[in-house]
This record gives sequence, structure tokens and C-alpha cells, in this order.
Amino acid sequence: MSEITQEQVTHLASLARIALTPEEIVSLTSELGSIMDHVATVTEVATPDVPATSHPIPLQNVFRDDVVGQTLTAEEALAGAPDHDGSRFRVTAILGEEQ
Amino acid sequence: MTTDLTRLTADALAIKLSSGEVSSVEATQAHLDRIAAVDGSVHAFLHVASDSALAEAADIDRRRAAGEELHPLAGVPIAIKDVIVTKGMPTTSGSKILEGWVPPYDATVMTKLRAAGLVSIGKTNMDEFAMGSSTEHSAYGPTHNPWDLERIPGGSGGGSAAAVAAFEAPFALGSDTGGSIRQPAHVTGTVGLKPTYGGVSRYGAIALASSLDQIGPVSRTVLDSALLHDVIGGHDPRDSTSLTDVWPSFAEAVRNADVAGLRIGVITELQGDGFQPGVMERFREALALLEGAGAIITEVALPSVEHAIAAYYLIMPAEASSNLAKFDSVRFGLRVNPKGGGTVEDVMSATREQGFGAEAKRRIILGTYALSAGYYDAYYGSAQKVRTLVQRDFAAAFANADVLVSPTAPTTAFKLGEKTGDPLSMYLNDIATIPANLAGIPGISVPVGLAAEDGLPVGIQFLAPAREDARLYGVAAALEALLEQKWGHTLLSQAPDLSPSEMNATDEGAV
Repeated sequence: MSEITQEQVTHLASLARIALTPEEIVSLTSELGSIMDHVATVTEVATPDVPATSHPIPLQNVFRDDVVGQTLTAEEALAGAPDHDGSRFRVTAILGEEQ
Repeated sequence: MTTDLTRLTADALAIKLSSGEVSSVEATQAHLDRIAAVDGSVHAFLHVASDSALAEAADIDRRRAAGEELHPLAGVPIAIKDVIVTKGMPTTSGSKILEGWVPPYDATVMTKLRAAGLVSIGKTNMDEFAMGSSTEHSAYGPTHNPWDLERIPGGSGGGSAAAVAAFEAPFALGSDTGGSIRQPAHVTGTVGLKPTYGGVSRYGAIALASSLDQIGPVSRTVLDSALLHDVIGGHDPRDSTSLTDVWPSFAEAVRNADVAGLRIGVITELQGDGFQPGVMERFREALALLEGAGAIITEVALPSVEHAIAAYYLIMPAEASSNLAKFDSVRFGLRVNPKGGGTVEDVMSATREQGFGAEAKRRIILGTYALSAGYYDAYYGSAQKVRTLVQRDFAAAFANADVLVSPTAPTTAFKLGEKTGDPLSMYLNDIATIPANLAGIPGISVPVGLAAEDGLPVGIQFLAPAREDARLYGVAAALEALLEQKWGHTLLSQAPDLSPSEMNATDEGAV
């Protein structure tokens, strides 16, 4: 029913930014296929006349006054970072050579 | 004396603390000693905060001695599920990607616990990012069920349930996305309640699926859950989905428990096929007791429940794949630099490959698929429609019943390793608990005895309409009293002793 291919899983992994190993791609392809076979049954009962529910309790958007509240200091915000320069998070190159 | 303190309920301990009969330092030390004695075999804790707990306890004792007016629960120890961020205590959500991270802020529930003077004794084990029903997906090794160390303690909040069942803490915080508070309660003979969605702030709870997640209490008695719920509940401006309702006292609901005239609807679809005979036997026995106490037992149908798991396993991974995008190796947690360097995206991909476990990867990929172009309407869109159908079923059922009831899960605790090779069979185990999350309604699991065939705990689940959490405390407390009167003891008094001699029964070490 749900035709999941290794190429699809490879593409999904790149979208999700996970460098899956070839072995993981093989096992996830088969697991995803059997899970999708089961969950695809939702399409049978979801007829056009049924509205979608995104949230369990009806809510309205919430606004607050635009005033400065209690926030983290830069030191606190950076405390758990893998790398920083004292005031900013530090990362490697944003663009690769071919870009 | 010190071992006796760990057998007390939070309520009983609180009374001894306020009368001055026991100090918080004594109570806290007793629980730390118990953890040291049994957690080598149970592995309920990922972090034991001995020093800060004793310091917090000493502070409460000092304030009490100075005559300060304290919250009735001040000085009582509590365990915290590791999904909740805690200032000064490491928080990993059961994942290697957050190993060693110490959050710079407290979740709102932690702020409330601290304001009430509760003493945080540590962080409990869980499936990675709360993805699982057994704690076997924890990156730090599984928790063991105190009733049988070879079996699962439930999940994802197996650590909190096991800590409470093993008398390592009188109560604990849990979180419930598809049953992660209620199913562990079921398999460990404890009590756990998932509040109405929005009833307890989610600020500082590391999100799995934001439209389903809810923080709630885990305890040995219904009253203790109610007391804890009274502390953590209420509106929080930092959570945009937090309800602004003024909640009644849940402890009061327990003290006024009465089921006379209460209409209890038995859910047709959640019994029979696939449900273990011993689970059904205890379930029917509990219903008979309630009927004898004046409750009116009826049968209600929830026809869309059969599609609830399918909808859940589309909505939850979809939301999870989005929520877990924040683990990008930039602001917190692990960073893995691939060989030969690379761009920030290469670093991100290498970090997420190494930092996430198999189940987290499975759900992220599944969620990414469900949300991807060309499939979105068929899968995610359809799942949201099923959510509407489930809500309509509940609305119709609650027109004829005040509360609904089912077994909390189809079986008692299965063996560690039994289902890890088959993700789908693990998912199907959540059939009874998932519908409440899809509909946002509250649910509670209370122990109803041991299954005849394996001697393991069985729980019953009550569900109420949104905002009617108090009803659940009433019916659960009434049933608890009827059962304990019949047995002449609590269920947990029958659990194995876990004496230190059994400590080396497994080689799982506490972190």
C-alpha cells in the first residue's frame, strides 16, 4: 500500500538534517512502510464533510503588552552553548565551497 | 524510623512536618537513603540532587522554626520527570543530545513547586523526548518495574512511576502526550492524572507534541495527586495555550468523594479483544464495587476510537519533527563536528545522527513524511479530521454519562525487550490512553488490584469532559477507598520489598 523507498527516506533524512547511516536507511524504510500501512487508514474515515481539528480546546491568540519582562542575560543564554565568543553563538561556515 | 518515612503518603508526611514531629531534612535524607539502597536495581533516576535537596530541606526547616507561614506541603520531597527544565539540575529529556545540559531557567511547574517549598530530590528516567511506552528508549538505559525487575515500568514516564512505587519519592511530576502518566501508573500500581489540556502550564516542558502534551501528577494515592495538582495547576501567561479558568480544589474533591447517582459509561470499544483476561477481571470487579456504592453503570460507544492510534501516530510525529528541530547544535546540547569539517548544516546533521536514538529518528522521519508536500492533506489533514470525529464521539458519550471508564491499558507490564523490535506493536499498546489526548480531556489511572495470571498491577482509567478534572478525583478516590476497605491494605503494600540484598539482581547502574 504505502510504497516507501530508500530514496524517499534518504530525502526525508536530508530534510530533517539527520545524517542517517545506510543501515538505518534500510531499516527505517521497512519500518516506515509498515507503520504507514497502519496509519493510512485515517484516509478512509476523513471524508470531506468533516472539519479538521488542530487543537483540542478552542483558543484565541494571546497578546501581551509590549514591555520588557524578565529575560535571560547573555551569559545565561550562552551558558549551554557548544561554542560562543562571549556575546554570540559561534558556528562553522554557513556556506559550502560550491555555494 | 527513617525507612518508615518513605512509606508515608505526601499528605501524611506533610502533617508530620507541620506538627514538627519530623524535619524536612530527616524526610529528605530518608528518601535519599532509599534511593541509594534500591535505585541500583530500579534505575528510576537520571540525576539525584542530594546536596541541593538537603539544602532546600534545611531552609524549609529553618523557616518553619522561625514561625514563617508555609504551604501545607512545604518540606515534602518530590521527583521530577526529566522532560521538565530545572534551573541548577541537569535536564536531558532522556536524550544524549542534551547530556550535561543545565537549564538557565525553571519550568513554571518548578517555579510553583519551589514557591510551595517542595524539595526536588532528582530527575526521573523516561523514553527519549517522551517517545515510548516502556522507558526502553531512554538513552541512559531502561527503568525496571519495582513489582518485577525484568519488566517495563511503562512509559514514557516510567521513572516517575517507578520512583513512587519503589518508595523513593512520595510523589512526582509526569507528562502525558498519549498516556505517559496513566500507562506507567497502570503497570506500577500507582496513581497518575493527565489534566485537561491547558490546565497545567507547559512552559519549560520540553515539547514532544504541543497540541497533546500535558504535565500532571504521579503518586501512590489519589489525594496526593490532587494535592500536587492544586500546586501546579492554573493559568500561566508564559504558555499561550494555558486556560484562564479558576480551578476548584482537587484535594477537596477527593475529601468529598461520592459516587451515588454518578453515571459511569463503560467504553464498548475498549474491552474484550486484545485485553488480557486478568485485566478485564479486575476491571469488572471495580465496576461492581462502584455500582454497589450507588453509581449507575451504562455502556457508551466511541466508534472513532479504532482510528485514534492511526491519527495519533501521524499528528504526534508531525509535531515532534517540528519541535525537535531546535536541537541544532547551536544553542545548547551536543555538537558533533564531522571529519574534515563542513558547513553548519553538516555539523547539524552529524550531531542529530549521533545525538538522537533510534525511536527519535523514526518519529522525526515519520513526521517529516506526514508533513511533506503531496502527503500533507492525505495524512496530517486526515488525522486532524479523525481528531474531530473522536471529539464528537466524546461529546455524544458525555451527554449520557458523567465519566467514562476503561482499563488503562490492554495488558499488565510486559517484559523488557519484548516489544523493542516491533515499533508498531509498542504503539498499539496505547489504544486506551490516546483518545483523551486527541480530545484534550482529563484522564486518571488508579490501581484496581493484581491480575490473577501474573500477579502484576492493573489500573482502571476514568475520563471526564474538559475542565471536569475534579470529577475524576472524586470517582477515583471513592473507588480507592472501596478497594482498600475490601483488601484491608493498599495495593503497594503488596509490592516486593526490594531489600538491598536484591540490589545486584540487575547490573543497571544509576547514573
